[in-house]
Amino acid sequence: MPRTLRDAFAAFRRAPSLTLLSVAMIGLSLFAIGLFAVAAYNVRIVLDTVEARVQVVAYLRDDAPADAVELALAEVRAFPEVLEATYISREHALEVAQQELPEFRALFAELDVNPLPASIEVRLRPGQRSPEVVGDVAARIGAYPFVEEVQYGREWVDKVYLLRRIAGAAAVVVGSAFATVAIVIIGAAIRLAIFARRDEIEIMRLVGATDGYIRRPFLVEGLVAGLAGAVLALGLTFGTYRIIFNSVFQVEWVPDTWVASGLAAGGILGMVASGLAVRRHLRDL
Amino acid sequence: MIRFEAVSKEYPRSGLALNDVSFELRKAEFCFLTGHSGAGKSTILRLIHMADRPSRGEVRVSGYSSHKIRPREVAILRRKVGFIFQDFRLLPNRTAAENIAFALEVTGARRSLIRSRVAKLLAQVGLASKAEAYPSELSGGEQQRVAIARALAHEPMLLLADEPTGNLDERATRGIMELFRSINAAGTAIVMATHDLDLVRSMPNCRVLELDQGTLVYDSHSEG
Repeated sequence: MPRTLRDAFAAFRRAPSLTLLSVAMIGLSLFAIGLFAVAAYNVRIVLDTVEARVQVVAYLRDDAPADAVELALAEVRAFPEVLEATYISREHALEVAQQELPEFRALFAELDVNPLPASIEVRLRPGQRSPEVVGDVAARIGAYPFVEEVQYGREWVDKVYLLRRIAGAAAVVVGSAFATVAIVIIGAAIRLAIFARRDEIEIMRLVGATDGYIRRPFLVEGLVAGLAGAVLALGLTFGTYRIIFNSVFQVEWVPDTWVASGLAAGGILGMVASGLAVRRHLRDL
Repeated sequence: MIRFEAVSKEYPRSGLALNDVSFELRKAEFCFLTGHSGAGKSTILRLIHMADRPSRGEVRVSGYSSHKIRPREVAILRRKVGFIFQDFRLLPNRTAAENIAFALEVTGARRSLIRSRVAKLLAQVGLASKAEAYPSELSGGEQQRVAIARALAHEPMLLLADEPTGNLDERATRGIMELFRSINAAGTAIVMATHDLDLVRSMPNCRVLELDQGTLVYDSHSEG
């Protein structure tokens, strides 16, 4: 391994401009992916926030027996899709209505009878908010004999779900396009490095070096160049993020795990691209 | 040690380079490959070095068959088969000593061993005083000596030489041939491709294989 490292760094020393070019190429292509990741992350946050509002509300008949409601509540809470289920009594509903609808406060105060029904409000777990699941949960709750009506804003759910699917598909398509471009660019950068050292490779083969031995320093070189490129991309992405944050609108920075996997991906990408380029070169020789 | 059995080699672009060639070389034999350029001399050397595989027939070198040899085994075989070229193929940014050491480094030899071995090899080819010279500071004959020292680094059983004197003047050529003779006398077989018939005649005891357009037309051995 020391030999491999020595060789890899000797290559940096011998052709610094070529190495810097590779790092810059890798950095710029990963920068595009970084910006895309920030955008995708923020779209996701918005969709999550919107989707978290999805809830199923079951309005209960006035004559619903308390013990049956209690039992049903326990059952609903046990549904695997359900995050939480809250019983809203008629009195509580009135209180909430008075608070949230101040313009009708006078009207409510004059009432002798409480016109509002009791209800069960159900919120679903993340990932369980597709139209099918929401509809299914609503139907199951609606089956209780003391449930008068179930509401869940079907159109809203449908639209959010469609948006999420479009965003997801766009992320896959655009993300893999960026990644492919990055791999091609990194491969080209490494090919330049290999081309600069083709005589050395040829002589190594001539005197009996194994392909593995020839490949190793290039793998290390690819890894280091990939990591350096990823750090550069991180800097550029963060800088751009700060500029947007300060001057346009407040966006969220991606989580640390994304940053870490971005750096790791840079290193691995550099290594894989390098490995492929050397393998191809060795085959063609 | 080397056996060609009905070997043909066809290249996709240039067509038939070797046509049904069979011969056998023994250990420590000195053999010339002669013929016009394009006769197939270099192709035979490449096949022995397993840099190419035959289109038909079989090449066997030191127990390895061209049919079955794996990439790793090719690398190991090459440590036992040195190769020398007309254009020397030295690394310009390394000294004579470093060029020779390179052949040992790639097989993972220890540094102390490399140092003593390189010194011995430089002395063997008569360049002990030029260890720190770069190829550009050496004459053609000296560069070829460095290349020979590199080829000898692993104490090969066989040395392949493709027009090794093609770029050298007469005096340098004589020096190289003398070096070959002593290497051969020490037990290393040599296969040397050349179109210089004077050179061949100067060494009457050697085996001669003559090629013409990919066909073996003369074998001094079979004429006895």
